[in-house]
Amino acid sequence: MALRTLVTRKTLRTLPLGFRGLQTFSLPDLPYDYGALEPAISGDIMQIHHQKHHQAYITNYNKALEQLDGAIAKGDASTVVKLQSAIKFNGGGHVNHSIFWKNLAPIREGGGEPPKGSLGWAIDNHFGSIDALIQKMNAEGAALQGSGWVWLGVDKELKRLVVETTANQDPLVTKGPSLVPLLGIDVWEHAYYLQYKNVRPDYLKNIWKVINWKYASEVFEKECP
Amino acid sequence: MAASAAAAIGSPLKCGLISSQGFSGSTRSFLWRKNEKRNVRKGCRGVVTAKIDLRPPPYSLDALEPHMSRETFEYHWGKHHRAYVDNLNKQIVGTELDTKTLEDIILLTYNKGDLLPPFNNAAQVWNHDFFWESMKPGGGGKPSGELLELINRDFGSFEGFVNEFKAAAATQFGSGWAWLVYKANRLNVGNAVNPLPSDEDKKLVVVKSPNAVNPLVWDYSPLLTIDVWEHAYYLDFQNRRPDYISTFMEKLVSWDAVNSRLEAAKARAAEREEEEERKKTEYEDNQADLDAREMYLESSDAADDSEAD
Repeated sequence: MALRTLVTRKTLRTLPLGFRGLQTFSLPDLPYDYGALEPAISGDIMQIHHQKHHQAYITNYNKALEQLDGAIAKGDASTVVKLQSAIKFNGGGHVNHSIFWKNLAPIREGGGEPPKGSLGWAIDNHFGSIDALIQKMNAEGAALQGSGWVWLGVDKELKRLVVETTANQDPLVTKGPSLVPLLGIDVWEHAYYLQYKNVRPDYLKNIWKVINWKYASEVFEKECP
Repeated sequence: MAASAAAAIGSPLKCGLISSQGFSGSTRSFLWRKNEKRNVRKGCRGVVTAKIDLRPPPYSLDALEPHMSRETFEYHWGKHHRAYVDNLNKQIVGTELDTKTLEDIILLTYNKGDLLPPFNNAAQVWNHDFFWESMKPGGGGKPSGELLELINRDFGSFEGFVNEFKAAAATQFGSGWAWLVYKANRLNVGNAVNPLPSDEDKKLVVVKSPNAVNPLVWDYSPLLTIDVWEHAYYLDFQNRRPDYISTFMEKLVSWDAVNSRLEAAKARAAEREEEEERKKTEYEDNQADLDAREMYLESSDAADDSEAD
């Protein structure tokens, strides 16, 4: 099942000035069944995470964009500014989760298989080994207070790998404009609570069994050919 | 959580100027260093330390069923709250924080927003104590008496308050808390007086806070809270936070607790007003003395001048 992002064009209204249509977003399909990542991540979690949480970010993002569109058209600067946090939360939620689904793969489709090629070499070079990278990401993910993400990214200017965390739904780019996400691990409680309860470290240990290194390598090779 | 705390231990950290809430207005440079020996009363029983306890909720773990499940309590109180207590004790043992009250630890480690590592644990211990006590079996309904009057005054109506509280709880993005607080506007400046010393200053307000932050750090008096970290509702409600919030308001809120907190908050505000009045009078007396002395000096200069002439 190929991943398709459905995009709908929706014109708000026809204004004399030939006002542009507003592009809204829909929930992308998962490239695997909800239960396909078990036992690392339960089917229940995948279903609620995708159909409820990600969908809610998209719904609220679309709503915020509509309101933003209206405010821009009216020249309502203070509303435009006020909407920025809703756009960051919900738009960030959509961006981050879209990446997350691609970061995961069932074991029989290569989930958990360590990266070969240039990404594997870069990881060994920068962190010493894959295990060292995983230790570092797990430590930072476990230490994150509240809600957020832990990322493996590449600085496309410096051509260097980085491990970063972001709070709430802030995308990786908020930590540096030239950072490109390769892998993101959601450490919001909704990502693991039904299965792992308070034991976030166990979730972090197990998720690596279904991490899709192939996708990460593709992105890396595009940024660092 | 453990990793960043571990990284901080062993390196000295300075607290900058601390606001005068609860302290006698002195400024101290506060060194937080683990393993530093501190002066303790050494009796034949050995070193005395003030360990923070894990307090149980004032009801059994299944008492709020079916609105908040026993399973939730087993994790929320038994694992999360317990971990905050244990981790806090580990962080403060052997440091200057070890002898302080929980509230003092919170205010010190808040460090005007530049959080020191024990803050998250300390504040979360306090927040969860406060949260369990904000609920009771057979809770919900409406407040009465002065509390209701103040709610009507400051929110227009009880429904107005409920809507605002629910909205704050629903829109606290990520982890955090929503609060009803009693706010007694004060200027935090040594010798200044609140420019608006009218009764309208003592207001009920709804606020929300992220992660571990609570209104103590803003010098407000919390009256009621709801935990909106996902762990608080995920087992019972999954993603349906608004349902959790409604259930909390309709079935769980302990208005008794809110009432007694309001009484305490008003008493505290009255005490502070008296203290400020006292300081103001003191200051004015000092000013009067200074003025008197100046006048005396001026008049003696004048006498010299006239003699020189």
